[in-house]
Amino acid sequence: MRLYMKFFGIHLKGAMQYKLSFLLTTIGQFLVSFNVFLGILFMFERFNKVKGYNLSEVLLCYSIVLISYSLAEMFMRGFDLFAATISNGEFDRILLRPRSIILLVVSGKIEFTRFGRMLQAILMLIYGIAKSKVDWDATRMITVTLMIIGGTIVFGCLFVIYASICFFTLEGLEFMNILTDGAREYGKYPINIYGKGVLRFCTFLIPYTLFQYYPFLYLIGRTEAWQSMFLPVVGCLFVIPCFLFWRYGVRHYKSTGS
Amino acid sequence: MDYVKSIYYDSLKYFSLFRIKFIAGLQYRAAAVAGIATQFVWGIMGLLLYKAFYEADASSFPMTFQALSSYLWLQQAFLALFMGWFFENDIFQSITEGGIAYELCRPMDLYTMWLFRSMASRVSKAVLRCMPILLFAAFLPEPYGIRLPAGVIAGVCFLITTILGFLVVITYGMLVYISTFFTYSPAGVRMVSVSLVEFFGGAVLPLPFLPTGIRQVVELLPFASMQNVPLRIYTGDIAGMQIVKSMGLQLFWIVVLIWTGKKLIAVALKRVVVQGG
Repeated sequence: MRLYMKFFGIHLKGAMQYKLSFLLTTIGQFLVSFNVFLGILFMFERFNKVKGYNLSEVLLCYSIVLISYSLAEMFMRGFDLFAATISNGEFDRILLRPRSIILLVVSGKIEFTRFGRMLQAILMLIYGIAKSKVDWDATRMITVTLMIIGGTIVFGCLFVIYASICFFTLEGLEFMNILTDGAREYGKYPINIYGKGVLRFCTFLIPYTLFQYYPFLYLIGRTEAWQSMFLPVVGCLFVIPCFLFWRYGVRHYKSTGS
Repeated sequence: MDYVKSIYYDSLKYFSLFRIKFIAGLQYRAAAVAGIATQFVWGIMGLLLYKAFYEADASSFPMTFQALSSYLWLQQAFLALFMGWFFENDIFQSITEGGIAYELCRPMDLYTMWLFRSMASRVSKAVLRCMPILLFAAFLPEPYGIRLPAGVIAGVCFLITTILGFLVVITYGMLVYISTFFTYSPAGVRMVSVSLVEFFGGAVLPLPFLPTGIRQVVELLPFASMQNVPLRIYTGDIAGMQIVKSMGLQLFWIVVLIWTGKKLIAVALKRVVVQGG
């Protein structure tokens, strides 16, 4: 853990060196999410409600998803960029080192520029909290926290899966974007608006609904089932298959004698 | 006009450059397949999203749902032509790392060279991806699939304005490349540019969904002359005299963008040479 904090410090110092570039990229990131925000805003100006959700509720949902995604991206960037790490042989160096592989991959890249997106998300969260008619007691605040943590872990796991696939092939990895970028983009609305098929996929195949939808229903008062707030914890079980796949990938990579 | 003439005289050079880059681009089959899969999902999710809004309040929908479906699928099929976030990293690198010196030695105008390179790579991508998406969309049931254009004239004008819109995208992209001469790191300009193109071009939200008032202003910007015009002509949203006006606006922007680009690149190159590179 101390080693990770050292890496963290190094990355932070490095990022701060290129102040202008950092600032521009952060602003750029902010603008990109701002675009999406404007899109939502204009849609609600025209339509008022969608599937019973109003603007502040959707903003709550979107901000939670965006914060989770940004956190996952910030810390798990090493996995996200894994294709490059493998193809330029850097992973071989990681294998040679006497430390946990995962720690080294994660420490390889900590991306602070994602902060632009996070800022946008936090602002929206504040707006959503202020404007919505949610009854903010302790349980609901815990719900939001768990939703964010659960989301970060699920997105992080998806990055790990992406990296694990890199052990087998470097071609056509673009489709994984569907699950990461796609989830972020379409996760801005509560998943049930996309219909039953999508809802089922997002519950049983990849546990998006466990941190984005079911706890959200409790949050905005659509259901009294307070147990929903623990669903993100259940969603964290997703970690198990993901890391098993990662271990399998590493074994496969070692055995092909690279 | 002189510029166009100069391209014409050297057209053999530029055309062979285009052809080389185009054929190279066609090799990326695996990436194309992954890209197509991604776009299917994007299209389907987009449709489901708008369907939810349509069910919320059909009367506020600024076009028929069928028109929207055609819009979304065409947008996906021709994404390679209109996407605002795609740039040739080689070009950025040649500026920031100095490889530009070699490019300047070639017997071709730098601006035009970049123009044809960008065009070739985008067209090859589009060619690889458009057919599967269009075929899939054609077989989807009404009103989720793509349907024939709103008339023969609409169809023809769609083709013409697609080419024009594509040229607007390309010439606009040139400005982003050229800005690197002045800012060193392309990241910032690039991101701002992407946001502008994506939003005002109708990729985040088709422009008819914008509130009246804002929409009128946005439609005058160069971004609205990119994918917005051809897609709406196809669905019949833009019809009659409006088509002529839109085409005129597209041509206007192409001329302005080329003129600005050439002026800026001249300024930039003067500095490069003076630095004794």
